[in-house]
Amino acid sequence: MAENMILIPGRSTKQGISLNEGKLKEEYQKITSTLEINEEDMSRLGLENGDSVRIFNEIGESIVVCKGRKATDLPSGLLFIAYGPSSSQLMDSDTAGSGMPLSKNLAVQLEKLSS
Amino acid sequence: MSENIKTVKNATCTFCGCVCDDMILTVDMDEKRIIKAKNACVLGRAWFSQHTIEDAPAAMIDGQPVSVDEAIEEAAQTLMNARFPITYGLSDTTCEAQRQAVAITDFIKGTIDTTTSVCHGPSGLAFQGIGESTMTLGEVKNRADLVIYWGGNPAESHPRHFTKFTVTAKGMFTPNGKKDRTVVLFDVRRTASTPVADIFVQLKPGKDFEVLWALRALVKGRTIDASIEEETGVSLETLKDLVERMKNCRYGVFFFGMGLTMTRGRHFNSGALLALTTDLNEFTHFVAKPARGHGNVTGADNVLSWQTGYPFGVNFSRGFPRFNPGEFTTVDTLSRGEADAALIIASDPASNFPKAAIDHLRSIPVITLDPKETLTTKLAHVAFRTATYGINTGGTVYRMDDVPISLRPAFESPFPSDEEILTSLKARVHELVLAGKNQQSALKTSTSLNA
Repeated sequence: MAENMILIPGRSTKQGISLNEGKLKEEYQKITSTLEINEEDMSRLGLENGDSVRIFNEIGESIVVCKGRKATDLPSGLLFIAYGPSSSQLMDSDTAGSGMPLSKNLAVQLEKLSS
Repeated sequence: MSENIKTVKNATCTFCGCVCDDMILTVDMDEKRIIKAKNACVLGRAWFSQHTIEDAPAAMIDGQPVSVDEAIEEAAQTLMNARFPITYGLSDTTCEAQRQAVAITDFIKGTIDTTTSVCHGPSGLAFQGIGESTMTLGEVKNRADLVIYWGGNPAESHPRHFTKFTVTAKGMFTPNGKKDRTVVLFDVRRTASTPVADIFVQLKPGKDFEVLWALRALVKGRTIDASIEEETGVSLETLKDLVERMKNCRYGVFFFGMGLTMTRGRHFNSGALLALTTDLNEFTHFVAKPARGHGNVTGADNVLSWQTGYPFGVNFSRGFPRFNPGEFTTVDTLSRGEADAALIIASDPASNFPKAAIDHLRSIPVITLDPKETLTTKLAHVAFRTATYGINTGGTVYRMDDVPISLRPAFESPFPSDEEILTSLKARVHELVLAGKNQQSALKTSTSLNA
C-alpha cells in the first residue's frame, strides 16, 4: 500500500561531482535516482537498500532505488533525493505568480515495487 | 602526462557561488586538461578535471553537424520567426556573454530570465520588498562572531564556505577562527553540515516562516506561547537562547538557502529572514546573504539589473523592459505554452524543470549553448558546443557577495566561447531586424505613393 511522504530534493556532493562528468553519464543518472529513506520507515515498509520504489503524486511519478538513512539524520516521513530528472517529474509547474515552482517539501506517495 | 606542463596561479573556480580565486592549476598543454587543482574542494577538483576537450561538433542542427556560421543563421532565423521567444539560463557563463544575451533579447522583443527565478528569485522579490542588509564575505571572515545558516547544506553545496570565510577562517577580529565564533544551523534534516554547527536547530518541514516570525516577536520583546514547539519542532527555550545570542553578538550574519525559497511561502520566507535581520540592527550589526549556487548566477542578476533595471523575468515585447515574476519567468512561459522558441544558455531546464515545462520545451525550437551534452542539448534544434568559462575563457564573474572576479583561463578550446557565439548571433539578429524595418518603411512609401 502506498504511504504518504514528504520529498526533499537537494544538492549532494556526489551529484555535484558526477554532473561535471556529464549529466547523461550513468553515475549522474544513478545518483539522481537514489532515494534516501529513514531506516525505520524502510523496515516498516519491508524495504531493503537497493530495492526499487515508485514515488508519485498528482503530477507524475518516478521509479527510484532506495537507500537507508539513520532515523536521527532523516526524520520519519521525510525522503531526500539529489535533484534532477527523477524529482522534476513530481514538481507542479504552478509558481503562484513568483516564478518559482515548489521544489522542496513535495507531497508524494511511496510504494514498493514488487520484485 | 606530457612534458608540456603549465602552471596557472590565482585561477578561479566557477563551479559554485564561492568563486574561489586561489586555485593553482597544473595543466597538461598537449593533452589539454588540468591534472591538478591545488586548493580546490571536492567539487572544484571534479570541475577542473572533467572539463576536457571532447570530440564533438561545434554546432548541430537537428542532431546533424553543421558549421558555426550555418548554425548562427538558423538560430537567428528561429528567434526572428518566433512571436514569443525566450532567453533563459546564463548562470554558468561570463558577464560579457550575459550582456550579449540581453541585447539579443532586446532586439527580438523577447523575454529574458535566468536560473535565479528557480533559485533565489523569491529572495530577489524579498529584497525589493524589505531591503538588504548586506556585506562581503571578506567582512564576514574578519568580523562575524555569530554565523547562522538557514535551509542550506554548505558542506555539500559550497564546501569551502566554512574554511575560507565563515567558520575556521581566521580574520582581523576573529584571530582564533572557530573559537571566536558561534555557528548555528537551521534545517529539517541532519546533513554533512550539521557537525560543523555549535547549535543545530531541527525544525519541521514548511515551518521556517513561523520560526522566523517567532524570533522577530521575541526580538521585539513580545510573548510567544510554549506551543510553538508543537507547531514548529523548536522549543521556546531554544528560540529565547538564540534571540539573546543574536542581540548580543558583535557581528551576526545569516546565510540562507533553497530551504527558504523553494518551499511554501517562498519570498515570504526570505522576507521574514530579511525583516528579522533589519530588526536585529537595532541591537547590533546584522547582515544576510543568500548562498548562491552557480558560478555566475550573481553576475546574471547584476548584468540584467544594469541593463534592464530588473534582475530576472524581464520582457521586451513593448520595446522597453518590464519585470513580472510569474508572467515573464521561464517555468511559467513554458508550462503555460506561451514561448514558441527558446535560447538556452549554459543551463539544463530539461533536467530540472517541472514536467509541464519540459513537455512544452520539447514542442518548440530550442537553441542551446553548452560545453557538455545534456537533456536540453539533446532536444535542441540548434546546439552549439562552447568553451568552458574560467577554464578555456577569460571574462568576469560575480561571487555570491556581488564581488566581481576576473577569470584566468588554463588552456584554449577549439570551441567558441558563449560570448563569441552570442556576439555573432546578436549581429545577425540586428541585421535581420534592420532589414525588416527597411522593408516595412519601403512598403509604407509605396502604399502612400499609390494612394
